[in-house]
Amino acid sequence: MTRTITGKAWVFGDDVDTDVIIPARYLVTSDPRILEKHCMEGLVPDFSTRVAPGDFIVAGENFGCGSSREHAPLALKGAGCGGVIAASYARIFFRNAINVGLPIFECPEASKAIAEGDALEVDTSSGTITMTGIGEVFHFSPFPPFIEEIVAAGGLVPFVREELERRKTR
Amino acid sequence: MAMTLAQAILSRKSDKAPEEGTLCRVRVDLAFANDITGPPAIRSFKEMGAEKVFDPARCAVLPDHFTPNKDIAAAEQAKEARDFALEQGMLYWEQGRVGIEHAFLPEQGHILPGEIILGADSHTCTGGALGAFATGVGSTDLAALWALGETWFRVPSTIKVRFEGEKPENIGGKDLILALLSLIGVQGARYKALEFSGEVVERLPMDDRFTIANMAVETGAKAGLFAPDKTALDWVTPRAARSFEPAFPERGAPYEKEILVEVSEMTPLVALPHSPANVRPALEVGPMPVDQVFIGSCTNGRLTDLEQAARVLRGREVHPSVRCVVIPASREIFADALRLGFIDTFIQAGAVVCTPTCGPCIGGHMGILAKGERCVSTSNRNFVGRMGDAGSEVVLSGPLVAAASAVAGRVADPSEVLAND
Repeated sequence: MTRTITGKAWVFGDDVDTDVIIPARYLVTSDPRILEKHCMEGLVPDFSTRVAPGDFIVAGENFGCGSSREHAPLALKGAGCGGVIAASYARIFFRNAINVGLPIFECPEASKAIAEGDALEVDTSSGTITMTGIGEVFHFSPFPPFIEEIVAAGGLVPFVREELERRKTR
Repeated sequence: MAMTLAQAILSRKSDKAPEEGTLCRVRVDLAFANDITGPPAIRSFKEMGAEKVFDPARCAVLPDHFTPNKDIAAAEQAKEARDFALEQGMLYWEQGRVGIEHAFLPEQGHILPGEIILGADSHTCTGGALGAFATGVGSTDLAALWALGETWFRVPSTIKVRFEGEKPENIGGKDLILALLSLIGVQGARYKALEFSGEVVERLPMDDRFTIANMAVETGAKAGLFAPDKTALDWVTPRAARSFEPAFPERGAPYEKEILVEVSEMTPLVALPHSPANVRPALEVGPMPVDQVFIGSCTNGRLTDLEQAARVLRGREVHPSVRCVVIPASREIFADALRLGFIDTFIQAGAVVCTPTCGPCIGGHMGILAKGERCVSTSNRNFVGRMGDAGSEVVLSGPLVAAASAVAGRVADPSEVLAND
């Protein structure tokens, strides 16, 4: 699946936790359109009104640590976020992002180099992140084949739907 | 090749030998969600085209987060979760009979040694205290588990943690896990399993083990495991809801590294805002006034925790400018605390006592912080805005420090309050 995503960078540090991505007090819904209004508000109070479609979250190590709330990647998706570029991810957030189809890229070099507001282009087929202003190109780590299958299916829901159909016809 | 405890458990339920770093499919013994993570799981389950859960006796819903329903939206979520559970014939306990999932499920014998437990809640790792490979997932993963009865794991490498020395009386499970967090940080065990051992662990009561396993996720770990010993087996055997077969680490298993935590000289610890790894001794914090104290949660809402809090609060009063909220983690714990007089002690001291709920720990209800307020909390996370306004602060501690702080009106070491006993 070839896809190019363009947007500007919102830069955060290490250990961005799920409570700042979407505070638990808003989890009386799982509707991304409502959740996105409070996305990242713990760190950038007006984030949801300033983020533009395609913009990237760029962060350091352990992005998405804390709660298992799937509302975190859903809120980022709802806000129109083009994806997350981080040096590393907390494991539950990683699974949730893959499952709900939020693009995530692991690339410590890009995470270090990119500054707030930098224009970025991600090409998922070539596995590259380009800082379009200066033409610097980074390669992100590919997922293991099984995870690629889930991504290619469009997330875990369609993936399991196919698996259930296979089991029925077996 | 000898196996770590994580590998020994995974090998039983996996499609292939659990080699570290490889992906394997595993069958699950219990898959549960709560009133927050349940509804999105139910919707994903339906979108998957699934009709029946793989085994209703191994699938559960626990209404514990925004319960007793805090507002209409929370009530709608709890209702959606309940209706689905009843329609599917799944395990379900109504508000009043349930408890906080990670305290209640082990009590009910639904988390057993050698099992694989998946919950749509990050603190599912609490079950590691009983030697179960227990870990948290999101709602869509949980939906897939309900539909298929299996999931995928990357087999983790294991860090062995040894707690050694003579444990001082005022040191509990919370201090031990905070000591580890101060050594390895909030991502020191990212994607790995922790295996807890050492002479301190051998003598450690179950409640302290649950606290330690509970906060394994705060180090980034996938699981925090204790090999089931006599203490664990004596605790769990009479409760077991299913037959079980414990798994054990094998001699010569390959540990990625070993971390030694020497406890003999420790004094009670706290984690200051806004990271569970921002740890110091309570005695060294200096003057830090508090507005609220919360004693409860899946981390420290068990009987031993309440007993320790009662030890400090007995015959004393909560400081006039502090609200102290005490929440037993389950009905059984609440009933025991009532019978043993702890609840009376709390009420006499001027504390608020509430029914089991996750409530304040997640800034849900029953103890929210205003801007500029500070809370000493026995829960597990002190991130920005965790318990209320983004301008509030949370200091994490064990129940002794929390109760002492409630009396002193500032962060206090228990010895400062208990000195006159």
